[in-house]
Amino acid sequence: MSHTVAPAASPRITRPPGAVVIDIEEVTKLYKMGAEIIHALRGVSVEIRRNEYLAVMGPSGSGKSTLMNMLGCLDTPTAGRYLFNGKNVAHMADDELADIRNREIGFVFQTFNLLPRSTALANVELPLIYAGQPASLRRERAAQTLHNVGLGERMMHKPNELSGGQRQRVAIARALVNNPSIILADEPTGNLDSKTGVEIMALFEQLYEEGNTIIVVTHEEDIARHARRIVRLRDGLIESDGPAE
Amino acid sequence: MKRLLYELTESFRIAFAQIRANKMRSALTALGVIIGIVAVTLMGTAIRGIDTGFQNSLNMLGDDILYVQKWPWHNVEDWWNYVGRPPITPDLAGKLNSVIAQTPNSLLEVAVPVAGRGTTAKFGENKVSNVMTLGTTAEYSRILNADFKEGRLFNETEDVAGRPVCVLGYDIAEALYQGRSALGERVFLNGHPYLVIGVLAKQGSFLGLLNFDNQAVVPLESFRKAFGTRRGAELRVKFRDKNRLSDAKEELAGAMRRVRAQLPGERDNFDINEQSAIKAQLDPIKQGIALAGLFITGLSLFVGAIGIMNITFVSVKERTKEIGTRKALGARRRTILLQFLIEAVSICLIGGLVGLSLTYTLVIAVGAAFPAFPVEFSIGLVFLSMAVSVAVGIVSGFAPAWGASRLDPVVALRYE
Repeated sequence: MSHTVAPAASPRITRPPGAVVIDIEEVTKLYKMGAEIIHALRGVSVEIRRNEYLAVMGPSGSGKSTLMNMLGCLDTPTAGRYLFNGKNVAHMADDELADIRNREIGFVFQTFNLLPRSTALANVELPLIYAGQPASLRRERAAQTLHNVGLGERMMHKPNELSGGQRQRVAIARALVNNPSIILADEPTGNLDSKTGVEIMALFEQLYEEGNTIIVVTHEEDIARHARRIVRLRDGLIESDGPAE
Repeated sequence: MKRLLYELTESFRIAFAQIRANKMRSALTALGVIIGIVAVTLMGTAIRGIDTGFQNSLNMLGDDILYVQKWPWHNVEDWWNYVGRPPITPDLAGKLNSVIAQTPNSLLEVAVPVAGRGTTAKFGENKVSNVMTLGTTAEYSRILNADFKEGRLFNETEDVAGRPVCVLGYDIAEALYQGRSALGERVFLNGHPYLVIGVLAKQGSFLGLLNFDNQAVVPLESFRKAFGTRRGAELRVKFRDKNRLSDAKEELAGAMRRVRAQLPGERDNFDINEQSAIKAQLDPIKQGIALAGLFITGLSLFVGAIGIMNITFVSVKERTKEIGTRKALGARRRTILLQFLIEAVSICLIGGLVGLSLTYTLVIAVGAAFPAFPVEFSIGLVFLSMAVSVAVGIVSGFAPAWGASRLDPVVALRYE
């Protein structure tokens, strides 16, 4: 798999940003915890374009997770505007959001979230089932995607027969398989040792260079540094938004 | 549409993987359904068996025969209105037949007098008690709906002459002659010697009470000599069209009133009985037993359903994070709902199939051990119990599956 790891010293390519994918304006989110009202987001505006590699950073309680859920269409804002590829998703119903998540967003979780009793191949096929793709096409595309992340040889293995890094590669293949507009990774290296973490970040680098749009949510500077742009959150507001040095 | 199909296939795959992964738990849950299905289907076979036995018994009475008798077949409160009625005498049959002959397009075919008496049949050392001896005419052949094992019924000459000949029921012939042919043998009915000229094939008993194979049929004249006819008789009247029972009954009542010269406005001094009257009387009882039985056995199925509901709740709870993941990957509410419903239905179907094969084995075993016990297994029962299993799965799986489909993906993903 070493061929997928970019040499550390190689110069970074920054691709020119394309059309706007995500357009969030003055988004707020309130939670009721008993009698108390928590302002998780107090008016956040951000624009994310195709071909961007973005890191969302912030300490716990900064609204980082809330923003990620919002970006991933898992949750809707209390107020504000959210356009995804020009479509307003702020007031969509559950099933409409499910379809957006299926077609437009590829999730990568800290804990991998693979189905334990399904093979790597079946796990990667899952989004295609929800997309209504026929079995032959599912199999072909899932196998191809697994091959692309360097797991062509281990497709019929179940998650407990794979290492942590391999599991995260399966999860990344699952996120990629439906050709989503964005890859949304939540602490993708949080459950991996540092060497494997570096390998996974190299894979993201490769995917970015191949033309994918990637958003990584993290609290680690080392991880955020891989991105081309960093958005920092504090107390439900954007503290800074600019290119990574 | 296609998407739904793929989701269903995936749901079945997941359901069976889940059942395989939790063998013990699934088996115990299915056990509740198995017990329920066995109880309900066994009850079903018993009810069907009783029903069939009942219907067979009724058919022995003949569904095209009306019985003219002094008393009705149902209980009467005002017995004093009946007790003074004149007895039904055998000669009424002849008069009735001439009225029938005079009626154009009569619905009635023939009236046959039948007198009966319980006696004992003897041959040498062998003896059969509780034999119902019937005295009747040669016309009896027209209303007899049993076959002959051997021999024949007496003819008109023997009938008119009152010859001492008789036809024996199957059980009597078996008991007296023990497998040998009874034809030409002598039998003593009430001490009077008779020549056996025929033996009837086995018919069975009516509701297990009245044994049709324990009857002996002799010419009316010889019956009169041996037993007397002071106790009266009954008339069995065959009618032509089974679908016009009530018309036939009405015509017969009119004919009887003419024969008896009853005045207009006077109440009938006879009763016309038929098998459907017994059916009408016993049907509510039968249905009551069936309903009570199904309700009680249905309770065990209900307990099984609670088990399914419980295990589906557990399954949803421990797979909350998986539900969150699936939702993140694009599963709609319907997808999640179907997945857990199918899981519940699968356990129920497996339970139902096992239960059904257990019932089948039991029915075969009971049938082999007690041939007289009325149990009957039918293909309808198979479909019914499968339908019941699916229904139990859907009903008991619905609440937890609905809850799962409504989970907030954010909350579900955070669940540990």
